[in-house]
Amino acid sequence: MTHELEAPGEQVVIARKSVWRRLLHNPLSAAAIVYLAIVVLVAVFQSWIAPFPPERVVPTLTNVSPFGSEYFLGGDRAGRDILSRIIAGTRGGVLSGIIMASVALSIGIVFGLIAGYFGKVFDNVANWVFSVLLAAPGIIILLALYTLVDVSMPVAMAVLGVIASPGVFYLVRTLTLNVRNELYVDAARVAGLSNVRIVGRHVLLAIKGPIIILAAFLCGGAISASAGLEFIGLGNPAEPSWGSILNDAFANLFIAPWQLIWPGLALGLTMAALVLLGNGLRDAIEGSFIKPSLRTWRAEVTGLAGAAAVVRTLGVRGASKAQAGSPETSHLLQIEWLQVGYPNGGKLNPVVDDVSLTVDKGEIVGLVGESGSGKTQTVFAAMGLLPDNAVVAAGSVRLDGAELLGLPDDEFAQVRGSRLAYIPQEPMSNLDPAFTVGSQLMEGIRAQSSTSRAEAKRLALAMLARVGIVDPARTFKSYPHEISGGMAQRVLIAGAVMGKPHLLFADEPTTALDVTVQAEVLDLLRDLQREYGMGLLLVTHNLGVVAAVCDRVVVMRLGQVVEQGTVREVFSHPRHEYTKMLLDSVLDHTEARSPLTEEGGPSDD
Amino acid sequence: MTEPLLTTEDLVVTYGRGRRAHQVLHGVSVCVAPGETLGLVGESGSGKTTLARAALGLAPVSAGRILFRGEDIAHVGPRDRRRLARDIQVVFQDPYTSLNPAMTIRDILTEPLVAQGVPGDKARSRVLELLDRVAMPANSLDRYSREFSGGQRQRIAIARALALDPTFVVCDEPVSALDLSTQRRVLDLLIEIQERTSVAYLFISHDLAVVRHVSHRVAVMLRGEIVEIGPSAQVTEHPQHPYTQRLWAANLVADPDEQERRRQVRAQLNQIAADAATLSERTTP
Amino acid sequence: MLVYTIRKLLTGAVVFVSVTALTFFLLFARGGYEIARSFLSDTATPEQINARAEQLGLLRPIPAQYWDWLVELVTGASLGRSYLTNAPVVDVLMNRSPVTISLLVVSLVLTIAMGIPLGVVAATRGGLVDRGLQIFSVTVQAIPNYGLGLILVLVFALGLHLLPATGFVPLSRGFGPWLATIILPSLAIALGSIAFVGAQIRGAMLDLMRQDFVRTLRSRGVSRRSTVFKHALRSAAPPTLTILSLQVIQIVGGSVIVERIYALPGLGSIALSAGNSGDLPVVLGVVAWIVVIIVAVNLIVDVLNGFLNPKARVR
Repeated sequence: MTHELEAPGEQVVIARKSVWRRLLHNPLSAAAIVYLAIVVLVAVFQSWIAPFPPERVVPTLTNVSPFGSEYFLGGDRAGRDILSRIIAGTRGGVLSGIIMASVALSIGIVFGLIAGYFGKVFDNVANWVFSVLLAAPGIIILLALYTLVDVSMPVAMAVLGVIASPGVFYLVRTLTLNVRNELYVDAARVAGLSNVRIVGRHVLLAIKGPIIILAAFLCGGAISASAGLEFIGLGNPAEPSWGSILNDAFANLFIAPWQLIWPGLALGLTMAALVLLGNGLRDAIEGSFIKPSLRTWRAEVTGLAGAAAVVRTLGVRGASKAQAGSPETSHLLQIEWLQVGYPNGGKLNPVVDDVSLTVDKGEIVGLVGESGSGKTQTVFAAMGLLPDNAVVAAGSVRLDGAELLGLPDDEFAQVRGSRLAYIPQEPMSNLDPAFTVGSQLMEGIRAQSSTSRAEAKRLALAMLARVGIVDPARTFKSYPHEISGGMAQRVLIAGAVMGKPHLLFADEPTTALDVTVQAEVLDLLRDLQREYGMGLLLVTHNLGVVAAVCDRVVVMRLGQVVEQGTVREVFSHPRHEYTKMLLDSVLDHTEARSPLTEEGGPSDD
Repeated sequence: MTEPLLTTEDLVVTYGRGRRAHQVLHGVSVCVAPGETLGLVGESGSGKTTLARAALGLAPVSAGRILFRGEDIAHVGPRDRRRLARDIQVVFQDPYTSLNPAMTIRDILTEPLVAQGVPGDKARSRVLELLDRVAMPANSLDRYSREFSGGQRQRIAIARALALDPTFVVCDEPVSALDLSTQRRVLDLLIEIQERTSVAYLFISHDLAVVRHVSHRVAVMLRGEIVEIGPSAQVTEHPQHPYTQRLWAANLVADPDEQERRRQVRAQLNQIAADAATLSERTTP
Repeated sequence: MLVYTIRKLLTGAVVFVSVTALTFFLLFARGGYEIARSFLSDTATPEQINARAEQLGLLRPIPAQYWDWLVELVTGASLGRSYLTNAPVVDVLMNRSPVTISLLVVSLVLTIAMGIPLGVVAATRGGLVDRGLQIFSVTVQAIPNYGLGLILVLVFALGLHLLPATGFVPLSRGFGPWLATIILPSLAIALGSIAFVGAQIRGAMLDLMRQDFVRTLRSRGVSRRSTVFKHALRSAAPPTLTILSLQVIQIVGGSVIVERIYALPGLGSIALSAGNSGDLPVVLGVVAWIVVIIVAVNLIVDVLNGFLNPKARVR
């Protein structure tokens, strides 16, 4: 029994490449890494690399132009070699970046982890301390300190690290809070792991990505800040630094403005490299978890001739099939040879593949399938609400005989709400948390027709009462988080049927609800459907829901329709193997397990 | 009956304190025998998951006792908890968040073993054995959980729970996130493991059909209390408590004729419980 | 809402006391003798130094000194007098504030007026604007604000002679001249914020347009345009406000350096010179005044957030 293959929808996805390889694959990040490696090498071996000692003064070479003398990048206002000074200043820049970033990171990570993981008093105190730190005008305090005490650059950078630590703290704390409630942390606790081990292993491992990214940006910020401090004349004037070279050049602004270029370039390139490295890391680390961005999709859709060709041929094929097999127009909804796909690397991955189905006036049709069967995508395509990266490659969707596919968006918008409507699955995420229930209902009414606000409100209140909400006026004024999931689903039903649509799509309308609420909501849907004479296409994975309300059923698997017919017919005499397997998996008719007998021999079936 | 393995006595769980205190369990008493499955049904907010978490030491027990083999484990410290981990394990609902995405399957399965001080080579052979037991290929070891489907992840979670040969496993909605066909296979795997190892399950689900399929006995929870408990067949076929009756009538079956009959039963029950229903609708925020 | 506001006000007061106390401790920890020596002339004898320190109350315990400072502030609206000029610190601050507040306001206005539309357009249109925003934000992040300041001076003041390179003209002498002196430094500070806010808005908008409720609203016939401008922008507002309040801190910090480049007589430059000469009351006054500005901005943002986010009010 257990050695059967997994269901076809459950293929193993292998998409793994190390972060390093992905990083080096990106030319910008690779260049940044090479550049930073050179900077570090220069910092370490500066005295061997620099052509002259940074303090060597040759008065005749004062402000000498670049490329003309032994001072390759020119001389400064004291007759020193700018190139040698920049090389000598590298070490300070690199060190300040490392010091500030490591101070900020160690403080932020340690306190963030503790505050996020253990919470309670420590969290409150830490939150408080860091919010004060955040409000303190760090640079000014540092300025004050600088002028009073002889602060060396490393100490100043450490102070700056403390000042920058709230950023790290809040990031780590938020990430830890999210991870703390993950089930795998609970599982680790149940496995008997100590808190230290859980934090060190599970939490840190799970949140390391964003921290590494932040570290790159922090280094950049640190180098910029230390140069900034030197630029305004703080820091050790005896030691050459990028900031002090910039300051020297600034003092010479009216004599030799080109002197600003070299320290500016050293600074700018280093910071740019760190920013690019940070961005590259972000793509490399987060890219392994998220889907390619919209932009990439779009580029592939529009840019790749291959994809376009696929779409075109499929379109021709679909159109010809659609014309061949559809003379009658008596159906309320007629979907024919619908093909929906997501272009990927020049190919179209179809998620809906040659789907044809109909819904008549006053009929409830169940669209059944497991995850990945394409049932929801079929509905989205019929409503013109597919994600931007999806392509309808072929087929036709007709409502009352009129073709919907290819309608411009504003015309489609007029059809939606008034003739087509939709009830989503998850009640809470389908209401905007920032607006009251009433205003969201009124928005729909007023988008469909030019109704006055008062009239729209009256309609909305009446509809809320109709869907069985006890106190419509109160619900109308409520925000989504103030009502229960069952009520939210009723609100969504009210929003959908408000315009008395001819056809209603319901996508798993009861899946997120409790059993008793589910039954009530299904009864409500059925009543409304009869009252308005609507056609209803009900998407579900639950065969019980189909048995409860549907007249006909369409079974989908991997984007294709495998069987359709009346509910009684399909449930009692399934023809397709997949339908049989689904019905066999239903546990309704299995025997209840009998109690454990005294001898300890559990009897099953 | 044999000596119970796990017993809760008048268990009370309260989250928060002071004015924000919120009592979730109001004195729950259940017991699970060795090798037995006790099914726990109830709707969201009924406290069934809290009961499970209390047994795992993840929820604050404010009164009552949890006895495991006669020892009160309601307030044990981390050291005893580590010892108990050998006996008490868990399979969670969501196989997507119950496995750390940053760890390989090998690390996930070895972890409970290492935490108990099992030596490295022994742990390695044990991990292979575990994968075999849940019918996963041995080459899964160096992959990450995101490379597997929901059903496969749940098998890995089961393997992790079995790593230390526990005598008691809490299964918190282990199949709710799975597709119908996968659901059946995972349930049958759990039953098969029980028959082989005599492990006891506390099996939580909102789905009556699932619960009656795997449970020897079934307990029904409503607002932090057990309202009915008894043999699986009795509770699911001849429910006594009005709430269980309502639950049963609302449960959907894949049979249009049966569904028609239940709708009528429900209409009658609704008539009777109309007042109670409006009351509960009003009290929910 | 009132309770919420009062609670935020109290929080602000505690932040003010904490930051000023911390600064006070850091500044005065060296002891009265050292402090007095640093602002007296080099010829002052130890006796003179001691007498001056005694006279200024610098020899008492630091907590007592801080308490006096706080009491004087609350009861007499006074921040003490400068050690060097004996001028009231409040007057010094009032003289210097117009510059820094002008910088703050203009750069905030620039950030809002340019960053938000940039983010919205990049998110909704994609394409060239989107790519442009990304390149812009990497470039601006790579150049520190003083670098930007230098570049702007080189191009607009020294190169094109369009605007003055340095100096400040108060608003009272006309909007045009004021703006001419303030626009370059403000832009130098704001460019980083514009890129940052633009990128954040873009991300928030893209996230929001993928939300389920947007699809549901559209299924009722609400146009795409309306969902973007009513719902997505509204939901992006609270995080944007938070970002802006963080930017205020950045801007205030950045102004110190930018004021030097443009030779602007603002709070940053007085803090720098007062620090150099050991004039602690002035330094402390600048810190206190800036904390007040930051706390006030945060308060406004919190209250606005309370209006925008129904859930925040509950807590």
